[in-house]
Amino acid sequence: MSWWLPLKGSTFAGEIDGLFIAILVITGIAFVIVEAGLIWFVVRYRARPGRKAFYTHGSTRAEVIWTAIPAVTMVALGLVSNHYWVQIKGRNSIPPNAYPIGIHAKQFEWQVTYPGPDGKLGTADDFTVRNQLHVPAGRPIVLALSSEDVIHSFFVPQFRVRQDVVPGMDIKAWFQATVPGTYELGCSQLCGLGHYRMRAQVFVHTPEEYDAWMKRAAKRAAQGEASE
Amino acid sequence: MTTVAATAQVAHGHHDDRPFIRKYIFSTDHKIIGIQFLFVSLFFLLVGGLLAMQMRWQLGFPGKPMPGGGILPETMAPGGVILPEYYIQLVTMHGTFMVFFAIMPLLVGVYANFLIPLKIGTHDMAFPRINMWSFWSAFAAGLVMLASLFVPEGAARAGWTMYAPLSARHDYSGAELGQELWSISIVLLGLSSILGSLNYITTVINNRAPGMTWFRMPLSVWALFITAILGILALPVLSGAAIMLLFDQILGTHFFDPPAGGQALLWQHLFWFFGHPEVYILILPAMGMVSDIIANGSRKPIFGYHSMVFAIISIAFLGWIVWGHHMFVSGMNPTLGSSFMVSTLVIAVPSAVKTFNWMGTMWRGNLRFTVPMLNAVAFVAMFVIGGLSGIYMAATPVDMFIHDTYFIVAHLHYVLFGGSLFALFGAIPFWFPKMFGRMMSEPWGKIHFWLTFVFYNLVFFPMHTLGMAGHMRRIYDPTQYEFLKPYQPLNEFISISAFLLFATQIIFFVNFWYSLFKGKKAPQNPWEDNGLEWSLASPAPHGNWATTPTVYRGPYEYSSPQATEDYLPQYKKLPTDREPATAPVAGH
Repeated sequence: MSWWLPLKGSTFAGEIDGLFIAILVITGIAFVIVEAGLIWFVVRYRARPGRKAFYTHGSTRAEVIWTAIPAVTMVALGLVSNHYWVQIKGRNSIPPNAYPIGIHAKQFEWQVTYPGPDGKLGTADDFTVRNQLHVPAGRPIVLALSSEDVIHSFFVPQFRVRQDVVPGMDIKAWFQATVPGTYELGCSQLCGLGHYRMRAQVFVHTPEEYDAWMKRAAKRAAQGEASE
Repeated sequence: MTTVAATAQVAHGHHDDRPFIRKYIFSTDHKIIGIQFLFVSLFFLLVGGLLAMQMRWQLGFPGKPMPGGGILPETMAPGGVILPEYYIQLVTMHGTFMVFFAIMPLLVGVYANFLIPLKIGTHDMAFPRINMWSFWSAFAAGLVMLASLFVPEGAARAGWTMYAPLSARHDYSGAELGQELWSISIVLLGLSSILGSLNYITTVINNRAPGMTWFRMPLSVWALFITAILGILALPVLSGAAIMLLFDQILGTHFFDPPAGGQALLWQHLFWFFGHPEVYILILPAMGMVSDIIANGSRKPIFGYHSMVFAIISIAFLGWIVWGHHMFVSGMNPTLGSSFMVSTLVIAVPSAVKTFNWMGTMWRGNLRFTVPMLNAVAFVAMFVIGGLSGIYMAATPVDMFIHDTYFIVAHLHYVLFGGSLFALFGAIPFWFPKMFGRMMSEPWGKIHFWLTFVFYNLVFFPMHTLGMAGHMRRIYDPTQYEFLKPYQPLNEFISISAFLLFATQIIFFVNFWYSLFKGKKAPQNPWEDNGLEWSLASPAPHGNWATTPTVYRGPYEYSSPQATEDYLPQYKKLPTDREPATAPVAGH
C-alpha cells in the first residue's frame, strides 16, 4: 500500500501530479494556519473567572487582507490549471499523429477495436478484443469512445486519464503511455449491478513488442472470421 | 397590517385550547412543525446511517456474511452476504436519505421553521397552513422513499445523482417500481421545499419586529433566508427533471434516452443546476447557526458581521454558476470546463472570509466550551478540510484523476458530516431548551462529541488516501482490482472506525430521548444569549409573544461596555435606547 499517488505512467501524469503538489502546498499552508490558530485560541482564550472578552466588531484591514490573499491565490491557481487543462483536454490537444483505438463500452465490458496493420480505424482489417487494451509506449493514443447503453467512464489511474463514455456521443480522449507494463482499466461511473467488475487489462508494450502483438492478433482475428 | 395581525395574535397569545390533533399532528404552529421535522429527519438520519453500515461491511469484508444480515431477504443478502444489486441500492439510498431526508430537513425544515419567527420577533410564519403542507408533503415523500426499499426488485439503483439513461430505463438498472418511486418521492419533496422556502422568504421580508432591521438580523436568519432563496429557485429545477425522468420511466418519453433522440447529459445539467445550489442549501444554514453559537460561546461580537453577510450572499450567488464542475470529465465541452473551474475556485474566497471571521470572533474571547460551542468549533476545523479538499477537484487537470474516486467521498463527507452534521450536533442541544423546556446532558454531550470527532476523522480522512490510489466510488468489491488489493487493510480500518462512529451516535440518541422526558428543567436563557427567542419562556409558548417585542440593537452585543453582564440581549432597553420609529417595512 502506498500513501502517495500511483506510478506516473503517461506523459501528462507528471504535470497533473505537479499541480496536485502545488495545491497540496497551498492548502497545506491554509490548513496549518487555520487549525493551529484554532487550537491556539481554544487554549489561550478559554474562559477564566473574572475575565471579559475584548469588545470589537471587526477590522476592515483584516477583512481586506483575508479577502485579497485567497482571491489572488485562487485566480493564479486557476490560470496555471487552465494552462495544463488546455494542453491535456483542450479542443486542439489531441496530437495529430495519434494512433487511433476504438473503445465501445457496454454493460459490463470494454470492447477494444484496433486499427489493424494499416493503422486506420474503420477499415476492413480492424478487429475487436474484449477487455484487453494493448498500446505502444511512447506514442500518443487517441481513443474513440462510444457506449452501447448507459454512461461508463474510462479510467486508468497510472495514466491519470479519465473520460466518461456517454451513449449518443462520440468522445475522443488521448494519452501517451510511457512505462511498459500491465495496468488495469476500470469503469468509474456507476453503470449498473456489474459496475464493480467492468474491468479490463491494459498492456503497455515497447513499440517492437506492440508490432509483434499486432501481427499475431490481426492474424488470429482474420482466422477467427474465416473459420466462422 | 402588522398591527392588526399582532393584535389578533395577542387575543389568543397564551391560552392554547386547540384539540390534540390540531396542536401536535396537523399543527400550523411553526415550532411544532419544526419539531415534527426534527423527529422525522432524525429517524431518516438513523436509516441513512444503517444503510452506510451495510456498505462499510461489504467494503471492509467483501463477500463475508454480515452479522445480523440473515434477517434480510434472499433478494438483498442471501445468507447475510450482500448482493451487488443490493449494494448499489445501499449506495443510492444512503445518499438520497442523507441529503434529502436527513441533512436538508434537519437544517432547513427544523431550524428555518423554528428559528426564523423566534429570532425576528413574530408570532408565526406568514403562511402557517402552507407551512403545515410543507411538512406533510415532505413526510409523504419520506414514506414513499422508505417504501421503495421494500418493493419487488428493491429501491432505486442509479446513485443519488440518478444519472440517466441508467435511471431512465428499467432494462438498464434492473429495477422498475423502485426507480419510479424515487422520482415520485423527489417530486413530493420538491413541493415541500418550494412551499417552505416561499414561507421563509415572505416571513423574513414582512414579519420582522419593530427595530429588527436587515443588519440587525442574526447570521442564522440571514443564512436561512438566503438558503430559502436558493431553495425556491433550485428545487423547481429538480422537480421538473424528476418529472421528466418519471415520464421516461412510465410514459415512454425519451428525454434522456439517446438511441431514441434524447440527451444523456441533459439530466446531468438539470440535476447539477439544482445540485450545486443544493450543496449550499446543506451548508449555509449550518454556517449561520455556527456563527450564532461561536459568538455566544466566545462572549464576543461576531467579527466582521457585514463581511459575513456578504460572504453568505456571494457563496449563494456563485453557487449558481459552478454546476459544471461536477461534469469536467462528462464529455461536456472542455472550454466550459475552464470557466466553471474559475468560478468554482472563486468560491474559496467567501469561504475563507467566513473561516477567518469565525477565528477572529474567537480571538481574545472568553471561550465557554459548552457542547454547542465544542461542536461549532469542530465545524470550523472540519469544514476547512472539506473546503480545502474541494480545491483539488476544482482544478480541472487534477479532477481528471480524482473525479469519482474516494477523494470526493472524503471531500463531501468533510463538508456534510464534518460541516453540516457537527453544526447540527451544536444546534440541537443549543435550541433544545427552547423547544422542549429541558436541557440535554452536558457530560454525555461531551463524551458524544469527542468520540464522534475522533472516529469521524478515522473514517473519512483515510479516504483521501484511497482516492489518491484511484479507488473508484460505488464499487461493490474493491478486491476485484489488483491495484486496490493492497488497500484492503485500509478499507477494513475505515469500516471498523465507521461501526464505532455509528455506535457513538447511540449516545446522542439516548441523550436526546432521555433529556426530552428527564432532562434538567431549562431556565429562560440558559446560554446567556442575545437572541429574541430567549426572552420567551422555555419551551416557547404557542403564539410566541403576547405583544410583539421591540429590537434595540444587533444580535451579537456580547461583553459590551454598556452592560454589566457579558451579554446585552436585542430586546433589552437601555435608558439611552430610542424606540424604533416604525415597523421595519413601511406601509405593511
